[in-house]
Amino acid sequence: MVNLDWEPIWLTLKLAAITTAILIVLSVPISWWLAYTPSRLRLPMRAMVSMPLVLPPSVLGFYLLLAFSPVYGPGRFLKEHFDVSLAFSFPGLVLGSLLFSLPFMVNPLVAGFESLPASFSEASYVLGKSRLQTLRHVLLPNLRPALLSGAILSFAHTMGEFGVVLMVGGKIPGVTKVASIAIFDEVESLRFASAHVYALVLFSISFAILLTLFYVNKKMLKPF
Amino acid sequence: MIKLSLQKRLHSAQGILNLEVDMDIAEGEFVTLFGKSGTGKTTLLRMLAGLAVPDAGRIEVHGETWYDSALGINLPPQRRRVGLVFQDYALFPNMTVRQNLEYAMKDPKARGRVEEILEVAHLGQLASRRPGTLSGGQKQRVALARALVSDPGILLLDEPLSALDQELRMKLQGEIAEIQKRYRLATILVSHDLGEIFRLSQRVMCLEDGRIHRTGKPGDVFGGGGMSNKIQLTGVVLEIKAADVVLVLTILVGNEVVRVTSLPQDAEGMRVGDKVFIAAKAFNPMVFKADTAPRAG
Repeated sequence: MVNLDWEPIWLTLKLAAITTAILIVLSVPISWWLAYTPSRLRLPMRAMVSMPLVLPPSVLGFYLLLAFSPVYGPGRFLKEHFDVSLAFSFPGLVLGSLLFSLPFMVNPLVAGFESLPASFSEASYVLGKSRLQTLRHVLLPNLRPALLSGAILSFAHTMGEFGVVLMVGGKIPGVTKVASIAIFDEVESLRFASAHVYALVLFSISFAILLTLFYVNKKMLKPF
Repeated sequence: MIKLSLQKRLHSAQGILNLEVDMDIAEGEFVTLFGKSGTGKTTLLRMLAGLAVPDAGRIEVHGETWYDSALGINLPPQRRRVGLVFQDYALFPNMTVRQNLEYAMKDPKARGRVEEILEVAHLGQLASRRPGTLSGGQKQRVALARALVSDPGILLLDEPLSALDQELRMKLQGEIAEIQKRYRLATILVSHDLGEIFRLSQRVMCLEDGRIHRTGKPGDVFGGGGMSNKIQLTGVVLEIKAADVVLVLTILVGNEVVRVTSLPQDAEGMRVGDKVFIAAKAFNPMVFKADTAPRAG
């Protein structure tokens, strides 16, 4: 058995967990807006959110790296005012993952909101409830399957990302070297055995997560 | 007293329709809106509830102005005291029957009213069930009960029984009538069902091309009025067939199919799907109890 460094695996799980938690909070208002707004910006914004689905991760990573750069723009602002540098740091990695996994959380939620009959919201308004009360007590509880599948997909997707992480985070051990990058690293150094172990662990976790998703969907959709 | 005078331009499947309606409804009165689909009946209810905005006009309910285009008043649905029963019931699947009712409470102290309405609507046994497990008739009861919880100033029923079979309809019509009397609610019902209209409403308004064409007691509006016939039925033509010198009309009356003969000149311009009256003068029909007598025919 190889003497394996488990750090990258833990880092991966930590990154995925934090990203997913933030995404759940962030995606509810975004999806709510995208599903119901009469604004002309609706479709351009939906396209924007979905961009990470089609964009090479290196493109997203490249732009993020530019944005994080302390030499200009937002990176410089952060550096000058808060002395924070996001490039090659764990928070920078989280920010990149958030953008990269956003469509996996937002798209199921938007579809969920759109699948609820308009009469749910209308009935709630007629019963005297505000939009926020309606969201909390009527819409979100009926979106549990969408929320759960969004969360599971975001988690799995964050675990599997490579391009963005490599561009934004590099591979600093214990800080930004996640499992997918560790595999690359091990292969580059011709340490195939440990690459195998990392790969197998990622494969197993991903499979388990997707399997859970299908079971959960089957079970949760029943009562509706 | 409820007064409304509303105008709205609608884009319906048949083209542009100018909805123009004026009506007064007395306290506790039961009014039915009757008319083909696409004549703006549902839109009218939605404008009353604040879910659709009229182009112009006024809505006044018990002295309170809900909408006035001239004064720029337009109360949101939350502030209009409306009980609305949707065609699809719009029950919240994540809540039990009791929770659906409790959600409608404006005052947390109104729990007693929830219990009372659960009893009145015969929902006591079902209180902890979720809507997904209820039958159509039970869902309809929950929807009506929920609309009553918030103590509305007006009750709006949008074809509430259209998804149910005839027998259940009759039963629920009785319950609606009972509940409406008990709470003395001004009620507007949208319905196509003549039986329902006769049974429930004190007044019927026929909406045609966006305007109210006729209004009055159901008997006066649909009864043809003034004829000295002994029996009169309303039905829909299913088939017109020529037989020698006469025509044989097959007509659906309620759930029964009736065949009658007609002279070609009487049936001129009549088409399948037309609503017709069958009137017979000066005769003595035999009436038997349905479970004892052999069926005529």
